[in-house]
Amino acid sequence: MADPMRIRAQASGDKATVRVLMSHEMESGQRKDSAGKVVPAWFIQDVTASLNGKVVMTAEWGPAVSKNPFLQFVVKGAKAGDKISVNWKDNKGDSRTDEATVS
Amino acid sequence: MQTRRETLKQSAVVAGLLASTGLFPQHALAYQKAAFEAKTLADVAKALGASAPVESKDVTVGGPDIAENGAVVPLTASTTLAAKKVLILVEKNPSALVALFNVTDSVESSFATRAKMGQSSDVYAVAIMADGKAFYAKKEVKVTLGGCGG
Repeated sequence: MADPMRIRAQASGDKATVRVLMSHEMESGQRKDSAGKVVPAWFIQDVTASLNGKVVMTAEWGPAVSKNPFLQFVVKGAKAGDKISVNWKDNKGDSRTDEATVS
Repeated sequence: MQTRRETLKQSAVVAGLLASTGLFPQHALAYQKAAFEAKTLADVAKALGASAPVESKDVTVGGPDIAENGAVVPLTASTTLAAKKVLILVEKNPSALVALFNVTDSVESSFATRAKMGQSSDVYAVAIMADGKAFYAKKEVKVTLGGCGG
């Protein structure tokens, strides 16, 4: 099971900037191991962000997103105390959801 | 009276029609495999059902002029247009599309992430509108150490 994400959501005015740091290998499928075999791709495909349970953003990623991906986006209408939750799914079917409170 | 088989057939037809209009709920769509396998900006736009992208001042792409480490290149894409999708592309990567963001009314069309770059290349931010028009901005990022092979 993957490590938890680090999510920080900071409100300023009626917007909140959300920064997410995920923990994932993001193997591109281009690299070769010491035996010369291609390391199979293993990366996050789907990212979903919700504000108080309502989906505000979805993203689809390719293997070119860096290892331990960073993501920043701005949610409108979020205020301190609101809950931001982020979910990712990788191409092996693994997934993880974490939640943070807007401050 | 409709049989179950006819009903199923009809719903498949309706689903197909919806999909072709692009009105299908975005989260119900499968992973955009074709778009992530495309090699060029035009192919990515085509795979996503958008028209050929036009350069626009309303789209901004951000990134370093020189990236020392191609494995972690911070890139940003934003637009002042009412875009449905915002994409980040690296032209000379094995597949050009890095990330695709589906924009809703509740988020600003401004995203930042980090990408791997195999070599120095043009980086694109693309905004795709609800009517399928596509606009882009580009920037060259020089990479001193590639981040794809190894």
